This record gives sequence, C-alpha cells and structure tokens, in this order.
Amino acid sequence: MKNNTDLGKFGTYGGRYVPETLIPALEDLDKWYQRLKVDKSFQHELRGLLLNFAGRSTPLYYANNLTKQLGGPRIYLKREDLLHSGAHKINNTLGQALIAKKMGKTRIIAETGAGQHGVATSIASAAFSLKSEIYMGAKDVERQQLNVFRMNLLNSKVHSVHSGSKTLKDAINEALRDWIANFQDTHYLIGSVMGPHPFPSMVRDFQSVIGTEIKEQMHKLTGKLPDAVIACVGGGSNAIGSFYPFVNEKKVKLIGVEAGGQGIRTGFHAATLSKGRMGIFHGMKSYFLQDENGQISEAHSISAGLDYPGIGPEHANLSDTDRATYPHITDKEAVRAFVQLSKLEGIIPALESAHAIAYIIKNAKNFKKDETVVVTVSGRGDKDLQIVREYLSETEEGIQKKRQTKGIGHT
Amino acid sequence: MKIENSITETFNNLIQKNEKALIGYVVGGYPTLELSMEIIEQLIHSGVDIIEIGVPFSDPMADGPIIQDAFLKTLNSGITPRDCLNLVKTIRERHKETPLLLMTYSNILYSNGLEKFLIQSKDCDIDGFIVPDLNFEEADDYLKITSKLGLATVFLTSPNTSTQRLRRISVLSTGFVYMVSVFGITGSRNKFEKYTFESISRSKAIVSSYRKHLAVGFGISTPKDGQRMIESGADGIIVGSSLINIIKKNENDKSKMMVELDIFVKDLKAICKGPN
Repeated sequence: MKNNTDLGKFGTYGGRYVPETLIPALEDLDKWYQRLKVDKSFQHELRGLLLNFAGRSTPLYYANNLTKQLGGPRIYLKREDLLHSGAHKINNTLGQALIAKKMGKTRIIAETGAGQHGVATSIASAAFSLKSEIYMGAKDVERQQLNVFRMNLLNSKVHSVHSGSKTLKDAINEALRDWIANFQDTHYLIGSVMGPHPFPSMVRDFQSVIGTEIKEQMHKLTGKLPDAVIACVGGGSNAIGSFYPFVNEKKVKLIGVEAGGQGIRTGFHAATLSKGRMGIFHGMKSYFLQDENGQISEAHSISAGLDYPGIGPEHANLSDTDRATYPHITDKEAVRAFVQLSKLEGIIPALESAHAIAYIIKNAKNFKKDETVVVTVSGRGDKDLQIVREYLSETEEGIQKKRQTKGIGHT
Repeated sequence: MKIENSITETFNNLIQKNEKALIGYVVGGYPTLELSMEIIEQLIHSGVDIIEIGVPFSDPMADGPIIQDAFLKTLNSGITPRDCLNLVKTIRERHKETPLLLMTYSNILYSNGLEKFLIQSKDCDIDGFIVPDLNFEEADDYLKITSKLGLATVFLTSPNTSTQRLRRISVLSTGFVYMVSVFGITGSRNKFEKYTFESISRSKAIVSSYRKHLAVGFGISTPKDGQRMIESGADGIIVGSSLINIIKKNENDKSKMMVELDIFVKDLKAICKGPN
C-alpha cells in the first residue's frame, strides 16, 4: 500500500519530515490555510493590512541611470524596500499572523538571521496583540545588537541560541523544538519558503503579491511581459514571490541569484543549488550544503539574509526542471552593486538584493537593448551600512576610496 | 508482510517471563569509540534488553541539549556514520542475542543514497531503524527497502497522534512502536502530566490490537517514572538522556561511570521485572 502523498510536493522535493508530534499541528495549520485562502473576508482583511499598514502596492521603477550606464536591457526595479519594516518579509508575517489569530493561537515564535524576519514578525505580532518570541543565533545577536533592540522595542522576547553553529540554522532548530513543546497555543511563523508543508506553499502565496504586481505594472508600463525576472535567493521567498505568477509564462526568464560568498570554490559561500546536494533537513526534502556524511554545513555570505545552507523545495524543482536558473554572485560583486545602485539611482539596496543587482550589472551584455528585465529590490540597505563600511575599509577598493576622500577633504 | 525479527523475539521472551523491555540509548562514538563500546557492553551486562545507537547528526531537531552536546562533541572528534555501523558490527560479534537498532535522522540515511546506507547497515547486522523525522507518509522507499532486507522499522507516535494515524503506524512498525511520552524533545523532565499516562493507555490498546508492542521514551529519568509508564500499559521503557548524563558526568572516571550505569540500569530493570 502506498503511503506517500503528493501533499506539498514540488517534483520530488518538499513534503513533511518532522517529529510525529508536529504532524497534527501541520495538518491543522494546512486545514485552516486551505479554508482561509478562499475565504473572502480573510482575503479582504489581509488586503487592507497590506494596503494601509504595510504600504502596498510598491512601485515598479524604471532605473534610467543604471540602464544607461550598462547599455543593456531596460531595467525595472520592484521596490519592496519601500514597504513598512523595509523589506518584503512583512507580506508573509502579516498573512501568517492573521491566520494564527484566526486559529486562536496566542503566541508567535519565529527564527531570524540578521533580524529582518524577526523584526517583521515582531511588527505583525504587535499589530495583532500576539505574544512574540524570536530565536536568533548567539553569533547573530552579537553582530546585530540594534535589531535585537528593535525587536525588544516591538515587544518581542529574543532568545539567543547557543547550540550548534549559533547562527540561523540553529535558530530554526530551536524554534522547531519550541513548537514541538508548545504547538497547542503557539504558531511558528516561518520566514521563508522552506520547512514542512504547508509552509513552502503558504509563504509563496503570501509573497506572490510581488510577482502579481510586477505583471500588472509591466503591462501598464510596457504593454507586455518582462523578458526576465531576477531576484536574490537564500531560502527563496522574495524570489518565489517574484517568479510564481510567471512560472507558466515560458518566455519569461527566471533568475534566482545565490550568494557566492568568498567564491564557490573556497567553501565559504551559500550557493546551495550550485554546490549542495539533495537532502532532508528542517522538515523538507531539498538541496542542502552538507559534507560527505550528510552533516549540514555552515553557509557563508556577507548578507545575513542569504546565509542559509538550504533552499526552498520549489526552487529545487524549478532548478531541476530548468524553468529557472540559479547563478551566484560573490560578496565583492554584491558590495560593488550596493555602492553602484546607491550612487546611480539614489537607492540603497539590502545586501541580499544587491546580489540580484550585481547579476544584471555583470550580465547586461547578454541581453538585447530592447529587452526588459525586472530586478526585485527585496529590502533596503540601511541595516547593512555598518557591514559595508567595514568591508570597504578592509578591502583595497575601500582603501583607495579612503585616500580619495582624504585628498578631497584636504584640498 | 510480517517480519519476525529479533526485536519481536526479545519482547516475546520477556512477556513469557512477565517482564517489560528496557531499551537503552547511547550515542555512537561518545565519549570515544572505544568507550562507547564498553558502555554498550556494560548496559547489556546490567540488564538492558535492546540497544539503540544514536548516529550523531549536526542538527538533531527532536533532541534536547544533553544529546545535542554529545552529538557535537562526537562530530568534532571525527566520528562518521560508518564508524557507528562498524561499532554495531563489533558488538554483534560478541552479543548475538541483543537487538541493535540505529536511531538516525533522515539526512544521514538519504544523503548518500538510501539503499546504499541500508545495505551497509544490513551488512553490519543491524536489526532495524528508528528515524525521528521520518513519517510514514514519506516512507515508501524506506519501507520497501527495509522490508526487502529484513530490517525492522520502528515508527514513532505521540500523545496527539490520531487513532487513525496510530493504526497505520502500528501496521508499518516492526518490533515495536516508539511512543514519545511528552510534547517536547528528549531530556529529563521534572514531572509528567496526566496526558502522558492517558495516552499510553489509549495507544497501548490500539498498538496491541495489531499484535505490536509499545515502548515509551523521552524524559524518563527515574525508576518511578518508568514504573508509572509500565503501570499505564507500556511494554517497554526507553532511557537515553539519563544514560548520557551519567556518561558525561564521569567522562574522566571510567570505573565510576560503569558503576553508576550499572546501578541505574539495575534499578530500572527491577521495575521492568515487576514486583515479585
């Protein structure tokens, strides 16, 4: 007798690989989600929140200066960085917090890397008067003191996780352990298109508002579909949100940009689809960075939001079926793009999004001039100023720049 | 298809003696390979009926801090899944009768090819597997290959598992069904709540209607805990973190470690043997 279900499967990826205690909790969540997904009053309420609280829709901005300088395709920027909280994460946290509220849950838990999802969760929890506790790796707590303060300010308790590598993956482990013990009154608000079913589909649906708007806005601006949609990929939520409404539009190229860190041959990167292999972790079957024995590796990226050794199962399938491609961009290239977009367009992108920008900068010549590409700017770069400043001061480019500044300052 | 395995045999023998099963969990290669071998021998000698060997994994979702730390330490010392298989092989040569189970997270099983790992395990005379993050919905390949190789599959059940699910779990488990006593992860508890004992009674009725045995684990740290599980209907009790605690505490004093393990196991075994 066949026990396998197609529930939450993307090709062979996805599924539900969790301790038995969580199965009833996931079944319950799925049941609620399937019902609310088609519930008009729920959708109406969520739309109202996205509009009035989060600040949707976000602009699709024609980047004239960048386009001119690169001399390649016409580049449009999807400005998720303009949302309340400064990143796309809030599309998902509002949706899930609303579901949690309807389910009668009183407590929200979430994982966070640098703190962006933790902040977005704290905002949504505060808005719905839900108790909120955020798990964050001890190393990240150390590096992101300001975001810890921000979450505290928003009434969240932050747990510093000291197990394992003390980073995002360990924060997820700890949140899952909390959920196993407290599923009765607690909703685990996963921040990306990962984890056991129904999370990858549910988070994708909440983030698909990005792609849906892109489609409408492109139609209004150009009368047609874009030739390519480009977004950065860690777990992959802003990318799947940007891609999903275009998956069946076979002419639209979908490009997910992974973090190449210090270079994918160095071992210090987060290029899961390039260098990982199939595995089962954090409740799903997907690609993971792991050693030859199946121990999960640590990921490395200058951008904390991409610093995850796995990827959402739907991306694994889009990659296997060649519907989307997943190139990688190094820390260095991302920082350059961060600087270049700031200078040229007056937009400081998040380091995560800078990977997507860097891709088009690097590959503009591969597109025709009359082609159009949309790059999703998933978040704003204010949170990364300190990191970029330090990075620049440590590299030759930075040293060069310092000299210049000094020179100008003294003449 | 019914697999008559050494686990079932062990339970049947115990039932004839009117005893319950004592199942002991250790981390393969903790604190060292040599010492974990001696620990297992000690456990068998002191009265453990079934040995469960945990394969260290970098990210053990269902485990509390005691086992996490043991895993981390073991991984840092370079222990691999292959070492754990070899450990089983060596123990098997000396102890033909004691069932040896591997407890491993899915990624260890699947990462280099499921069939390959299961065949290697069979070659090392492993009796079966406990996989805490593998549910029957995702287990078709696993069930097909383990059944072909004659390896036992122990699935887990929880106090919140529905009757309908527990029926499937009972059908698909060979040897016994592993009941998680609490909503939570491994590690000792100060006290158990009423729901644990009610769930044991409810689960026992379902599991035994499929002629399978029910063993209860997670958080058992005293003979009294074990006794209450048995009184509620458990056919066996599983101890893990408590053993690891004793091992950790006495890492530098092997003879004291063995004495304490002996005392702890004998106390629990006395509970399993009942009041006569």
